[in-house]
Amino acid sequence: MATSEENMTGGPAIPRAAAASAKKSGSSLGTIVLAVLVIGAVILPFASKNFFIFQMTQVMVYAIAILGLNLLTGINGQFSLGHGAFYAVGAYTAAILMEMQGVPYGWTIPIAGVLCFVAGFLFGLPALRLEGVYLALATFALAVATPQLLKLSPFEHWTGGVQGIVIIKPDAPFGLDAVLNPDQWLYFFTLVIGLFLYWLARNIVGSRTGRALMAIRDNPIAARSMGVNTAVYKATAFGISAMFTGVAGCLGAIVIQFVAPDSFTFALSVALLVGLVIGGVGWLPGALLGALFIVFIPNVAEDISKGLAGAFYGFFLIAVIYLAPQGAGGLIRSGLARVKRML
Amino acid sequence: MITRRSALMAAVATSALVAGPALAEDPIKIGNVMPYSGPASAYGTIGKTINAYIEMTNAKGGVNGRQIEFISYDDGYSPPKMVEQVRRLVEQDEVTALFQTLGTPTNTAIHKYINAKRVPHLFLATGAAKWDDPENFPMTMGWQPSYVVEAKIYAKYIMDNMPDAKVAMLYQNDDFGKDYYNGFKEGLGDKVDMLVAEAPYEVAAPTVDSEVINLKASGADVFIIIATPKFAAQAIKKSAEIGWEAQRFLTNVSLSVGGVLKPAGFEASKGIISAGYLMEEGDAQFADSPELLEWREFMAEWYPEGDVTSSFTVFGYSVGATIVHTLEMAGDDLSREGILAAAASLKDYDAPLLLPGILINTAEDDFAPIEAMQLQKFDGESWKRFGEVITVD
Repeated sequence: MATSEENMTGGPAIPRAAAASAKKSGSSLGTIVLAVLVIGAVILPFASKNFFIFQMTQVMVYAIAILGLNLLTGINGQFSLGHGAFYAVGAYTAAILMEMQGVPYGWTIPIAGVLCFVAGFLFGLPALRLEGVYLALATFALAVATPQLLKLSPFEHWTGGVQGIVIIKPDAPFGLDAVLNPDQWLYFFTLVIGLFLYWLARNIVGSRTGRALMAIRDNPIAARSMGVNTAVYKATAFGISAMFTGVAGCLGAIVIQFVAPDSFTFALSVALLVGLVIGGVGWLPGALLGALFIVFIPNVAEDISKGLAGAFYGFFLIAVIYLAPQGAGGLIRSGLARVKRML
Repeated sequence: MITRRSALMAAVATSALVAGPALAEDPIKIGNVMPYSGPASAYGTIGKTINAYIEMTNAKGGVNGRQIEFISYDDGYSPPKMVEQVRRLVEQDEVTALFQTLGTPTNTAIHKYINAKRVPHLFLATGAAKWDDPENFPMTMGWQPSYVVEAKIYAKYIMDNMPDAKVAMLYQNDDFGKDYYNGFKEGLGDKVDMLVAEAPYEVAAPTVDSEVINLKASGADVFIIIATPKFAAQAIKKSAEIGWEAQRFLTNVSLSVGGVLKPAGFEASKGIISAGYLMEEGDAQFADSPELLEWREFMAEWYPEGDVTSSFTVFGYSVGATIVHTLEMAGDDLSREGILAAAASLKDYDAPLLLPGILINTAEDDFAPIEAMQLQKFDGESWKRFGEVITVD
């Protein structure tokens, strides 16, 4: 399994021997950190108000979406300004299946995942011809078009038009509703799916597929000459990325209990991109930190000044980029390196 | 804003320390969510005006001796953000009531939640008709005349004054347009045959020119334009260009002179009829109205950076006065039930800046506070009111 260090883009070169020992201590440290985080995450809903639980559920939902974007941008090197569209597809899948077909919410998640994988793969095929900023522009078009498509009258029968669809909040199943309220249940539901997807993402990155994806990112020509089918891998990366984001959209719809075209504007795609960069491009755990940023920092900015909330948000963004040019991932890594040097 | 609030909270905390835990001295917490950022941020002016109005009320001693704490958050017109902010208001800030939350999709997102939590959800800033449904949603109440009310007013005027008219209607194909369309048909009642042609258009469409040409071909002599500003300007311009001499009606949503009639052309806009319910700065008829004078003083003292020519500052002042009046009517019972009961029993309340003759009335089975409007005609320069105030139920 690849350690997080290996996945970082453009980091300073670490000497081989040091890297090997760092890898070992890093991964055991990583396991401890992960264990502490999971224990903390399990205790949290019993120690806080429903509103905070709801916010943390939202953080996890966005973290899953950012994780998906990270697989595409950080691991495979393709840009997307249109992941809000896949998020919307996932959300509408959940809403339409639950409210119109009476499908239990749990089943909407794999369905949304498969649907978004197909959508992402198909979008990835024509996008193969586009590189860098041109791909960013093509995906931008996707993000801009989505809310309008959702409002179109031919689809209104399913999408509810501008009115959107209201979803009933699920109660905890298996008699768990005696101990868990709906907010706590959704939190754990999201947590389990989030951990599963994180495990999946790490395994993808550590596998042959992951190495091929990174090879394409670092040097497409070399990758092709080594026998990597770049077209298939790039389109697959788009599909997997869209699947993660679609599952996040599906969970987001269940948590918010409402979908409408105005929920999935271009601002959502930008928020996901911000979360990706803040967390660290190519560093998978960074998704959680990026999600914390996009959920909480706008509120902090608003608390400082209502009139200048946007300006303060921008200020925080610039401050983070200036202090941690490689996102939280880069900051943590350089911090660890400094500690090691001191030791 | 936050500094004033924390100052207020500090003041309250000190008084609590001195006087001991006296619950009656706590401020009344009123929660609100507005788009201060994002595509609809122009509406944020309403929130700022209300905030200024509440500050003024507090400076004058508050309501029944209690201060009002107005907590207003930003949702950027995003439904998920609205859900988060409203949950913050209800579960963290523990507000007594929500007030003037803005937008139809955003309020739809919290409609069920807020009614399940049994928190009063009063005087929403949206004209959809669905907020008047006390049987299913006993916590939620609109304020402004709904689109349905306005459509019925046009229907009534047409039936009374042009009984032989043939009506064509252009409407936006969404909940806003459909509320008008259904309301108008309801207003015509058994004379529904008068509506001879209708053309929905998509918000995503580039123009409505072809719809206007088709509607003219129906031979109608009344043309009703239910469109948001850009499309309204196109429809006005096109109908004049093709020489369609129909009496045109224009939704209140698009009556802005600068935003709609000027781009359409003043000559092309002459003779259009619309309906309003609030006074306007610059209307010669109300130049010396004491209500407007009071409002100007308020703007100068409490919201000097605000725009006096904006209809949003007038709107914010009037709706701000309505909530303060409602709290006063609740008397000593400033619980959720008390405030809701007061809101549902407003009798002939003449909120400031409403047109003369328009009064707010609510009842347990009537959650539509303003149900009257006055017609106005564009004379090529400005709107001129005419006729009586028309009320529909």
